[in-house]
Amino acid sequence: MLTLSGVSKRYQTSELALSDIDLTIPAGQVIALIGPSGAGKSTLIRCVNRLIEPTDGKVQLDSEDITRVRGARLRQARRQIGMIFQNYALVERLSVMENVLSGRLAYVGFWRSYFRRFPKSDIQQAFHLLRRVGLETMFDKRGDALSGGQKQRVGIARALMQNPKLLLVDEPTASLDPKTSRQIMRLICDLCREQQLAAIINIHDVVLAQQFVDRVVGLRAGRIVFDGSPQDLSPAILTSIYGEEDWEVPADNEDDDERSPPEDRVRTLTVDAHP
Amino acid sequence: MPIREKDGLKEWQRREPAKQYAIWAGWMLGGMLFVWCWALISENTIWEFLYDADEQAASLIGRMIPPDWSITGSLMMPLWDTINIATVGTALGILIAFPLAFLAARNTTPHASLRAVALAIIVSSRSINALIWAMLLVTIVGPGIFAGMLAIALRSIGFVGKLLYEAIEEIHPTPVEAITATGASGPQVLAYSVWPQILPAFAGISVYRWDINIREATTLGLVGAGGIGLQMNAAINNLAWAQVATVFVLIFATVVLSEWVSAKVRHAVL
Repeated sequence: MLTLSGVSKRYQTSELALSDIDLTIPAGQVIALIGPSGAGKSTLIRCVNRLIEPTDGKVQLDSEDITRVRGARLRQARRQIGMIFQNYALVERLSVMENVLSGRLAYVGFWRSYFRRFPKSDIQQAFHLLRRVGLETMFDKRGDALSGGQKQRVGIARALMQNPKLLLVDEPTASLDPKTSRQIMRLICDLCREQQLAAIINIHDVVLAQQFVDRVVGLRAGRIVFDGSPQDLSPAILTSIYGEEDWEVPADNEDDDERSPPEDRVRTLTVDAHP
Repeated sequence: MPIREKDGLKEWQRREPAKQYAIWAGWMLGGMLFVWCWALISENTIWEFLYDADEQAASLIGRMIPPDWSITGSLMMPLWDTINIATVGTALGILIAFPLAFLAARNTTPHASLRAVALAIIVSSRSINALIWAMLLVTIVGPGIFAGMLAIALRSIGFVGKLLYEAIEEIHPTPVEAITATGASGPQVLAYSVWPQILPAFAGISVYRWDINIREATTLGLVGAGGIGLQMNAAINNLAWAQVATVFVLIFATVVLSEWVSAKVRHAVL
């Protein structure tokens, strides 16, 4: 459904941030994009919806090359791609409802959106999504009155309001505590499965990624160095992605109060995720 | 190096010695310049005039007290004119400054050349005082309230435009990114991610300028551009200091009122 072929990005005169990325994501597949800071993860997902213009290569969404389109066609491509951010990127002075409805901006005209006269079906969908992410009573709160986890739930609802085919998720849990991180990851992955959404999730926390995704892609210095199932991530492969580190030593005894059967639990690979 | 090795211990200083001496020399030069300017001003002042300044001031204030309240009624219309000049002038200025600010802000301008034009308009508006705008306009559109309104508006464009475009450049970029990513159009991105972020600054700047304009409008009458300044000028020319005092009191009351309104508006929007 999404195919990247030969995608490269060079920021003015510096080295290649991405070089020659080939990646195909079938409908409904959730992949984690892992790699050290500066490997090009954020650049890669922003090249997909063209918040960053790729220097070279093609990005095809359902066989339409979206690196060529402009204006209304570009906006139409973007509305099929939902995006979730590390710092939530809510408009803090707007209410929760307005933030969620802003996911519909590409479907309504300027004046309707300016006067907040969204179609009834949009309002129904917004309430439905707010209930799904557990915030149905908060619709009238202002964005800056919410906690981090709540803001990210609003961000998720906003992305899903677009009725996207694909979600781009940039470090969804990097600003959250461990428990909230797991809840947010579970929510995103459950929603993707319910709605048959494909997703690319940039994430630092390898253990968390392994628990929730179908496929892991490792990026190092702008190149794909691993592409496989989460079970295949061995210490040797982690070293090839992140560099030398003793991956077998359990870092701490994080008490996982969430339900995950112990025998099922993946080896405790601990990654120094937040340098 | 700010770090020196001494007896095997590392000593740290904030700056390199050479840089430190340069900073001291800079302060020294600044101090000398100040003293020199002081001497220059002193030479050009006739200090004899100052010997009885206290008596002169006391006499002037004595003639102002008590204010001549009998003219209060006849000052109400010019005072109303003054408030109108300030209010309509501010509104007109904001109307023009608002789109200019979006053209002038680096992150919202459609093109670098448009940005240059917008910045040029903002700078030229700011470089001319409202009183001078009024003098020019009185000769162009004739004396009266209209010239005053235009003068206030022209001066306000630069002030509001500059502060507003700075506020636009300081917004968080991530909400803009997020709204763009939904596929929203350019105007929708402005309305949903830029406008909510600059709304408090916009309200604050607008009422602040209105507040300044009330005070500026009181002087426009001096050059014939309408308002209470005309009456004040007439009273000063007739040496009717008790009437001048009445004008002062009325201006003071108006300014206090406008301060109160500004505070209310700012509080309501934040």
